[in-house]
Amino acid sequence: MAVPLLSIRNLTVQFRVDTGWVTAIDDVSLDVGTGDCVGVVGESGSGKSVTALSVLQLHDRVTTRMPSGSILYQGDDLLRAKGSTMRRIRGSEIAMIFQDPMSSLNPVLTVADQISETLRQHQGLTGAAARKRVIELLGLVRIPDAARRADDYPHRLSGGMRQRVMIAMAIACKPRLLIADEPTTALDVTIQAQILELLRDLRRELSMSVMLISHDLGVIAEFAQRVVVMYAGRVVEDAPVTQLFRRPVHPYTMGLIAAVPALDSDAPRLTTIAGRIPGPQEIIPGCRFSPRCALVLQGCREEPPSMQMVSDGQSARCPPRIQVLDVRHV
Amino acid sequence: MTDVGIGAPATAAAIAAPRGHGTLRRLLRHRSFLIGFTIIALLAILALLAPLIAPVDPSAMRVRFRFRPPQAAFWFGTDQFGRDIFTRVLYGTRISLFVGFAVCVVSGLCSAILGVIAAQFRRLDSAIMRLMDALMSFPAILLALGIAAALGPRVSSVIIALTVAYIPAGVRIVRAAALTVREMDYVQAAQVSGASSLRIVLRHILPNCFSPLLVHLTFIFAYAMLAEAALSFLGVGIQPPIASWGNIIAEGRDYATQAWWVMLFPGIAISLAALSLNLLGDALGDMLDPRLKGGE
Amino acid sequence: MSDQPIVEVRDLRKTFSVKHAGGVSTLHALSGVNFEIMRGETLGLVGESGSGKTTAGRILVGLVPAGSGSVRLFGHDITGADGKVQLAKVRTRLQFVFQDPYASLNPRMRIGSAIAEPLDIAGGLSRKDRNDRVAELLDLVGLPKTSIDRYPHEFSGGQRQRIVIARALALNPEFVVCDEPVSALDVSMQAQIVNLLLDLQDRLGLSYLFIAHDLAVVRAVSTRVAVMYAGSIVETAPKSQIYSDPQHPYSRALLDAVPRADPDYVRHPVVSGEVPSLLDPPPGCSFHPRCPFAFERCRVEVPILKESGPDRRVACHLFA
Ligand SMILES: Nc1ncnc2c1ncn2[C@@H]1O[C@H](COP(=O)(O)OP(=O)(O)OP(=O)(O)O)[C@@H](O)[C@H]1O
Ligand SMILES: Nc1ncnc2c1ncn2[C@@H]1O[C@H](COP(=O)(O)OP(=O)(O)OP(=O)(O)O)[C@@H](O)[C@H]1O
Ligand SMILES: [Mg+2]
Ligand SMILES: [Mg+2]
Repeated sequence: MAVPLLSIRNLTVQFRVDTGWVTAIDDVSLDVGTGDCVGVVGESGSGKSVTALSVLQLHDRVTTRMPSGSILYQGDDLLRAKGSTMRRIRGSEIAMIFQDPMSSLNPVLTVADQISETLRQHQGLTGAAARKRVIELLGLVRIPDAARRADDYPHRLSGGMRQRVMIAMAIACKPRLLIADEPTTALDVTIQAQILELLRDLRRELSMSVMLISHDLGVIAEFAQRVVVMYAGRVVEDAPVTQLFRRPVHPYTMGLIAAVPALDSDAPRLTTIAGRIPGPQEIIPGCRFSPRCALVLQGCREEPPSMQMVSDGQSARCPPRIQVLDVRHV
Repeated sequence: MTDVGIGAPATAAAIAAPRGHGTLRRLLRHRSFLIGFTIIALLAILALLAPLIAPVDPSAMRVRFRFRPPQAAFWFGTDQFGRDIFTRVLYGTRISLFVGFAVCVVSGLCSAILGVIAAQFRRLDSAIMRLMDALMSFPAILLALGIAAALGPRVSSVIIALTVAYIPAGVRIVRAAALTVREMDYVQAAQVSGASSLRIVLRHILPNCFSPLLVHLTFIFAYAMLAEAALSFLGVGIQPPIASWGNIIAEGRDYATQAWWVMLFPGIAISLAALSLNLLGDALGDMLDPRLKGGE
Repeated sequence: MSDQPIVEVRDLRKTFSVKHAGGVSTLHALSGVNFEIMRGETLGLVGESGSGKTTAGRILVGLVPAGSGSVRLFGHDITGADGKVQLAKVRTRLQFVFQDPYASLNPRMRIGSAIAEPLDIAGGLSRKDRNDRVAELLDLVGLPKTSIDRYPHEFSGGQRQRIVIARALALNPEFVVCDEPVSALDVSMQAQIVNLLLDLQDRLGLSYLFIAHDLAVVRAVSTRVAVMYAGSIVETAPKSQIYSDPQHPYSRALLDAVPRADPDYVRHPVVSGEVPSLLDPPPGCSFHPRCPFAFERCRVEVPILKESGPDRRVACHLFA
């Protein structure tokens, strides 16, 4: 395989809190190949957004540090990139869309104004040329009657429309990588389905790579080709999507899949993962998931597990389970 | 499945230390809070202990020692009557801090009551707010000047005048906070359980309007001290022979060229107090801001 | 008594006035809503954002006054002339659980006081009985007793929702409106809270109005499901039927749009278009602009909710 477009290697991110530095992201590695769609999934607080923000280096410099690891974009380490390089990359090479489309749009500027601003900054387009491109982009994200809606203010648009505008802004400069952090969580299911379909089409039309963050396994299953499962700041499993759902290796992945309420069958109770995700301040010896794990062994509480290959393309951070699976395969 | 994002910061907070300690600890680590607090505390201690510290009586006139520049015997020099400026500034601190504190407490109470009434009982809202708008249409200092002049030059009239002048801003702050709080789900939950308006105000609205009001009041404290000085300087405030920072400066004005120290030291005292109160207010604002608190 | 519904909503309507640059217009939040809830039953209320689910739930507990129509709770009409008096009579038998676990607890109130609030308002308990009840409630929702002296920010979203549920149960209500109680939580928390609500129902014989936009969650909790669209109920059916055989085209669209946690699932094409504006609702059926089966009649005549099978009703001209 060629060099991946984005390759996060052993990234550690720490935040300053009252008591010192806490590690929110620990030894995270993940790759996004050209044209790939990678899903990142995990409970709230598992470190998905922190990982995404690290790629674009949007963390507060004073209260954040990244003591180890690298983020290679086309082979260049973004952690060592100059400010000017980062500014160029943000928006024109790597774009990001956030969960809440209203707070990410400026309420006093029209849709067209906001999109043209991006176009001016990154592509030097102004005047009629910019206007033409704005309407083209709004059409691309399937906003009906684009020429008229372009002059609307954000509050005049519905949630789904605003998210489309966000996507239009994100793809304005034909980025090679789109990071979408819970792009549909604030939306209704029918609108969510429309947005996901739109993202899928755009990915094909613009041959973009996408990193899609969600805690909804349904969204991930439908959209991603590869899935990275995160728990308490670590990657616990990384696998192609069908393999992940057919043969999850890590008990956390199994728990997540089991907890999804079924639409096609009735069960007297939903399956849960007991307990709750620890915060970065909580010190848990050994495997961070061990206090909640149904399959926990004595050794799990002592030795922090390492990421191991299970089979081609699938790896997980649970040596005991991998051993069991291996034995069964032989 | 909306809004999962909001979960993240709160999870971090979930394991932080219990709140009481956390806030205090954070405050003590905040540098400008520490500086502001120390200076104000020192001034307050000096003011309280003034009779013990002061070398002489603040109004003792010793014509022999007129216009002595600062020296070992008279740290801040003396004025045209030979009174010791250090002693007078020390006693002035009492007045200034008292006026500032009294204005804070009274206007704080009035703002809290009026602001919450305006927010909670919508029928009274427009009446209260029109009155506040009317008061606000005068510059605060002019309003205070008028009231103080009408009531006669006494400490109590200065306090009343300044309280009236600063109430409108406080009411607006409390009302805005209360209007936000009363829409919160926990207030509605109390309503579902049949809570009375009084209970909602006392248990839910007031405690949650306290932070913005507190921050505001530290600034009011500083303004009130400055305004007291200004009123005294203009002759409608505290009258000699009682020493206040404002009237020491007023008295020294005529001799500014020959005895600069008369005006300089009370001036420094005013700036120092105002500066440290502002530092304190800024720090409280930072610390009590729920967004910063949540995002730690 | 047992086949008398405890909640009976008839032709409930509600409008709001909204101010905007061009003046004031009327927003039709509810345009004729009908449903009833039996004792021990859970009615799942699903529908798109803005369809009026919360408004309906709030009217039921008296947080929002009804526009027109009638709401009877335990046989008391809370919408009549003496509605306030009637509501006061049933007040302690009703409760409400809000969507946002971060906004539904007073940040400056300790957990113990928060849970005891309904008890304190109702009064009549000794200090000791009150504290015992709080401890019992914490136990009921699976939180440690040490939580009493702690503040909300020390708890995660799921734990807060447990606290909110404990508070709602303080006075032993019979009917609880749950307004999207799990929508702000992630899958595992969601499953824990749903199970808790189900356990509590078994133990205490509660009835719920469970509002949600996630059909899968509704399937797990409801006995019957009502689907809402743009201020009206378009279909009600027992749970077993609405998922296997949805009748209204919107119910079908809603089901099709749910993402499945199955990479091999091939979805039907998604319904296009957006929810209509409630300021200027389309004539006829409010779903017709998005409906793949719309015909002439749908554009002019508003369909009414009619019997379409045993214990099920649908508002659609296709079933006329
Ligand atoms: N600036 C920060 N300072 C301190 N801790 C932080 C900061 N940002 C995030 N964290 C903590 O890092 C952990 C991971 O947070 P992150 O936002 O990445 O979670 P997430 O997986 O995106 O969750 P969600 O699904 O809720 O968005 C959380 O425990 C969070 O509280
Ligand atoms: N107090 C109010 N004033 C004006 N409009 C309101 C008010 N409350 C609700 N609405 C409007 O009524 C409509 C129905 O709102 P409601 O909150 O009941 O919807 P919902 O189905 O609960 O939606 P969601 O899933 O987003 O919670 C919306 O268009 C909303 O904007
Ligand atoms: Mg996130
Ligand atoms: Mg709602």
